[in-house]
Amino acid sequence: MTAIYKHRLFWPLVSLLTLIVINFIARPQFLKITVRDGELYGPLISILRESAPLMLVALGMTIVIATRGIDLSVGAIMAVSGAVALTIIDGASDPSNMGTVTIAIVVAILVSLVLGVWNGFLVSVVGIQPIIATLVLMLAGRGVALLITGGFITTVNSDPFSFIASGYVIGLPFAFLIGVVAIVVLSIVERRTALGVLTEAVGINPEASRLAGVRSRGIIWGAYIMSGTLAGVAGLIYASNIKAADANAAGVFIELYAILAVVLGGTSLNGGKFSIAGTVIGVLIIQTLDSTILFLGVKSAQSPVFFAVVVVVVVIVQSARLRDGLAAMSGRLRARRESAQDRDKVEVA
Amino acid sequence: MAATTMARAPRGTAERKPSAVQTFLSRHGGMMPTFAAALILVLLFIGAEAFLRGDFITPRNISALLLDNAYLLVLAVGMTFVILTGGIDLSVGSVMAFTGILGAKMLGAGVPALVAVPVMLLGGAAIGLMIGILVQYFGVQPFIASLAGLFLGRGLAYIVSLSSIKVENDAVLWLQSTRIKLGDWYLTPTGIIALATVAIAAFVLHLTRFGRTIYAIGGNEQSARLMGLKVGRTKIAAYVISGSCAGLAGLILTAYSGAGYPRNGIGTELDAISAVVIGGTLLTGGRGYVVGSMIGVFVYGTIKTIINYMGAEQSWMQIIVGALLLLFIVVQRAIVARSEGRR
Amino acid sequence: MDEVRPLLELTGATVRFGADAALSRVDFRLFPGEVHSLMGENGAGKSTLIKAITGALRLDEGTLTLAGDRVEFADPHAAQRAGISTVYQEVELLPNMTVAENICLGREPRRGGVISTRLMNARAAALLADLGLEVDPASLLGGHSVAVQQLVAIARAISADLRVLVLDEPTSSLDLDEVAELFRIIRELKSRGVAILFVSHFLDQVYEICDRVTVLRDGALVGEYLTHELLRIDLVQKMLGRGVAEVRARGRAVDDAPAGEAVLRARGVSSARGIQDADLDLGEGEVLGVAGLLGSGRTSLARALTGVTRLESGVIRIEDADVHLDSPRRAMSLGVVYSSEDRRRDGIVAELSVLDNITLALQSEQGMLRQIPAARRRDLAASWVEALDIRPPDLDRPAGTLSGGNQQKVLLARLLALSPRVLVLDEPTRGIDVGAKVEIQNLVAELAENGMSVVFISAELEEVLRVGDRVAVVRDGRITDTVAAADLTADSLLALVAQPGEDEG
Repeated sequence: MTAIYKHRLFWPLVSLLTLIVINFIARPQFLKITVRDGELYGPLISILRESAPLMLVALGMTIVIATRGIDLSVGAIMAVSGAVALTIIDGASDPSNMGTVTIAIVVAILVSLVLGVWNGFLVSVVGIQPIIATLVLMLAGRGVALLITGGFITTVNSDPFSFIASGYVIGLPFAFLIGVVAIVVLSIVERRTALGVLTEAVGINPEASRLAGVRSRGIIWGAYIMSGTLAGVAGLIYASNIKAADANAAGVFIELYAILAVVLGGTSLNGGKFSIAGTVIGVLIIQTLDSTILFLGVKSAQSPVFFAVVVVVVVIVQSARLRDGLAAMSGRLRARRESAQDRDKVEVA
Repeated sequence: MAATTMARAPRGTAERKPSAVQTFLSRHGGMMPTFAAALILVLLFIGAEAFLRGDFITPRNISALLLDNAYLLVLAVGMTFVILTGGIDLSVGSVMAFTGILGAKMLGAGVPALVAVPVMLLGGAAIGLMIGILVQYFGVQPFIASLAGLFLGRGLAYIVSLSSIKVENDAVLWLQSTRIKLGDWYLTPTGIIALATVAIAAFVLHLTRFGRTIYAIGGNEQSARLMGLKVGRTKIAAYVISGSCAGLAGLILTAYSGAGYPRNGIGTELDAISAVVIGGTLLTGGRGYVVGSMIGVFVYGTIKTIINYMGAEQSWMQIIVGALLLLFIVVQRAIVARSEGRR
Repeated sequence: MDEVRPLLELTGATVRFGADAALSRVDFRLFPGEVHSLMGENGAGKSTLIKAITGALRLDEGTLTLAGDRVEFADPHAAQRAGISTVYQEVELLPNMTVAENICLGREPRRGGVISTRLMNARAAALLADLGLEVDPASLLGGHSVAVQQLVAIARAISADLRVLVLDEPTSSLDLDEVAELFRIIRELKSRGVAILFVSHFLDQVYEICDRVTVLRDGALVGEYLTHELLRIDLVQKMLGRGVAEVRARGRAVDDAPAGEAVLRARGVSSARGIQDADLDLGEGEVLGVAGLLGSGRTSLARALTGVTRLESGVIRIEDADVHLDSPRRAMSLGVVYSSEDRRRDGIVAELSVLDNITLALQSEQGMLRQIPAARRRDLAASWVEALDIRPPDLDRPAGTLSGGNQQKVLLARLLALSPRVLVLDEPTRGIDVGAKVEIQNLVAELAENGMSVVFISAELEEVLRVGDRVAVVRDGRITDTVAAADLTADSLLALVAQPGEDEG
């Protein structure tokens, strides 16, 4: 029994379920799912659909954090990716041409990948602290995106491109399916190959890993490439959703929400053991909380206050001081009990 | 190095006096990045002057440089305290927006400036205190703790008001509209506040025990503790100072724009961090000068002005600042690597 | 001297970390105006004792008295206020601040609340001059050599009301002139009546400067001796804890050259700090014992042979081919593996399971994308857990929760899974219980019978003799002798290990 609540995903799952229950009590239609033309609709489906960009970014962030790193540039990469794709589509004679859209998507993802390579290079080869190394691109990236769009918000009318965010496949939102594919692919890559374990080893004890022959440079570099690429895809979903490339607004604060999702999912910011399932739950908690806050009539702009409270509570609960305090308390109790037992033994002897 | 400095007790042997340059370097080697920033500033001025055919270095432009960037200067001063301890404060942009809109709302409701302004400063200080306590007592990474501050400040700003509030309070507008003129040069009270902040910060950092403790913590927190310095309360104080500076910057920005706006200062924390780093302060803490941060702000402001003059895209601003940041980080990395190699 | 009351006295000191006692019932005294050395190998409890004196650790049992009064320090700062200052091996000062500030921080001269830099520099200059040091007090500390930084740390310690000065391996990174300078200052302080606790693993220095020696072993007190009454060889014997001559288990007679073809040859190997100009041959199926004191260069030698540190000069040949070992990974691919002496810091990946720890090296050799199938991984790890009798035999337990001996076995399993040709073991039996120790010794013998070549480093001479076919003696960063184990007795090996340095004459 005790094993269940000691499981690392126990508390994240309880939080998510609690949120859902609260929502259900407050508005019973929350769990209602309607079928229209074979497509599913409802508040839960919206949450799944809207969570896609954050999901992708948070998945990449999970791997980066597992290596003891952090990637602040994901929002900027999203902006660049959207700008690249929409500029290509906008420049084409027929924005709705499937070929054009495909090229745009491929190029945008490739550019994001290159930006990930750049981050990884600064961290793993030059040896700059991850926060600082990715701060460079966080700053300059938006400038690059603005430059690509010429400083305007590029809007397009392209059905194939809009499909990414608003289309449906087998009755489910396409964006959600992209997220699912990313989860599955990442889980396979990390857990069906040795990459996951090696990443954790590098994050927990870099020197021991080096002595064990682990290629830590490649692993760390790879994590940033993965993060950049996933952010690129997230940027495409975002741009598709608003049918525009808005270099200033795309992915603003997403790095912060992504980090929060990872931490909520039980992965420590100090690197090491990570949980993809935990991150998925973390993302869903954030998205559900966001929807709850909106439902409560709070303006979307004001929701950061709630997230601030969540961050503070989570970090305090995770903090060593609190845990030590609790451990010391239970330790004292146990010591008292044991010394009592010792006394008993002596008396028996 | 060791052989020359390890001379035995002075026994009348002819001592080799180190040259003035050597002495200067051994005493002020840490100032080199700041000098580099000053050099970049001078080069920017000269380049712009040559490019714009003598139309750039004018009293009006230089005066405007201070006026336009007064809020950033105040933010950078607070940020310098935090970065010197080896931390970071992401909350300053949001806190500035929050205190700005809070002040505008209070003034609009008829609260006298004498009450509204201290409340703005206290609001900033309170968020700084929260971050400091999280960092010091709960062992939360500064990045995450100040992230909570960022969310809190931004959300509170929108709770105060979702749209901008015009300020019609004479005392606050006076801060901006008054121009103390000297020929074509002018200085506004906001500029004076910013310069005074720099001066007070420089004094505190260099001539008080508190200031030296800030540097000691950045040098090696463990050592500072072993030396019996008051590490905990000093670190918290650094965040409180940064928060108060954000509150002050909120006042300056409100005066400058004549209104409070909850969307103000998105990403401004990054500008402040960049200015501090460009000014020669090491992000790992312990090395840097508040005067350097001022130079960093002026470098930032000058680039902005030049881009305006050239009619180029504002987006170049972010790219150039990003590139400068990278340059300085790589240089700093080399400096740190060299000093580690020596040990 | 004994009629003088000790200035500092530790009685029945016990410090426990979990179930293990790092220090058990140790008595220690320090007299005013003496230089006292604390000697012992790794894990003897030296640093624990120092921490207990300087307030960095609380005693679980026992008392500490200072000048007759019972004291209890909450933190190092409290000990400092009572006049006990410490200078550590790693300089614990602030490289980003000036020399004067490092001396005066926390007690700067002030005028009306404002620090007077001029007064501070003058005060620092006076203190430094007092020590006969000529350093610009306004220069940045980080710009000076480690030696100067160390002396500045002493200056800081003196500037307080100093009664006890603890010097924790202060000389390990100093050259001879710098050591002489330090000793001059120590003598000066001694003449002022300061009690000095001097920890060093250089025997020459201990004999040069110290009046009295306290020897610790495995957390227990061996004894306290006057330096001039204690023969060097006896001191080493007490440190290493050799009992009366024991019977050797292995009696293979081998020449001082390896029997058969050498698998690994090193010629003129030097690494940045540690080992110089080392020659070494390792035959197939041979166990080469390496004996040497802590700090002799034994670990540097092991790290240089296995690609962990880069060579400054010299060549390493494996089966007559020159190899360039620029990383542990490269060495592994050539069949040369290394087990570190500090298994917590750079051995075990504590939060990963026993299973993952055992298969870590093999997996990274295979490449990260070609995962060893889960079933095979489990079988493999299970077979090692069984073969080495790792307890508890739970593959999914985090490796960090195992006992020291079992962690060592997990590390060995990780390396053996690679089926290496050359196994370099740096103190594999340090700090583990006797049963596990014997198991590991037997395992090494068995591996060698099967043709594996082993370099076996240990601080225990009996162990080196028992396990090794030949023994290489490392002293002052050089391999001074290589002798067949059969030609050595524990006493003759002790003599080789403890020999005074050449420069002392």
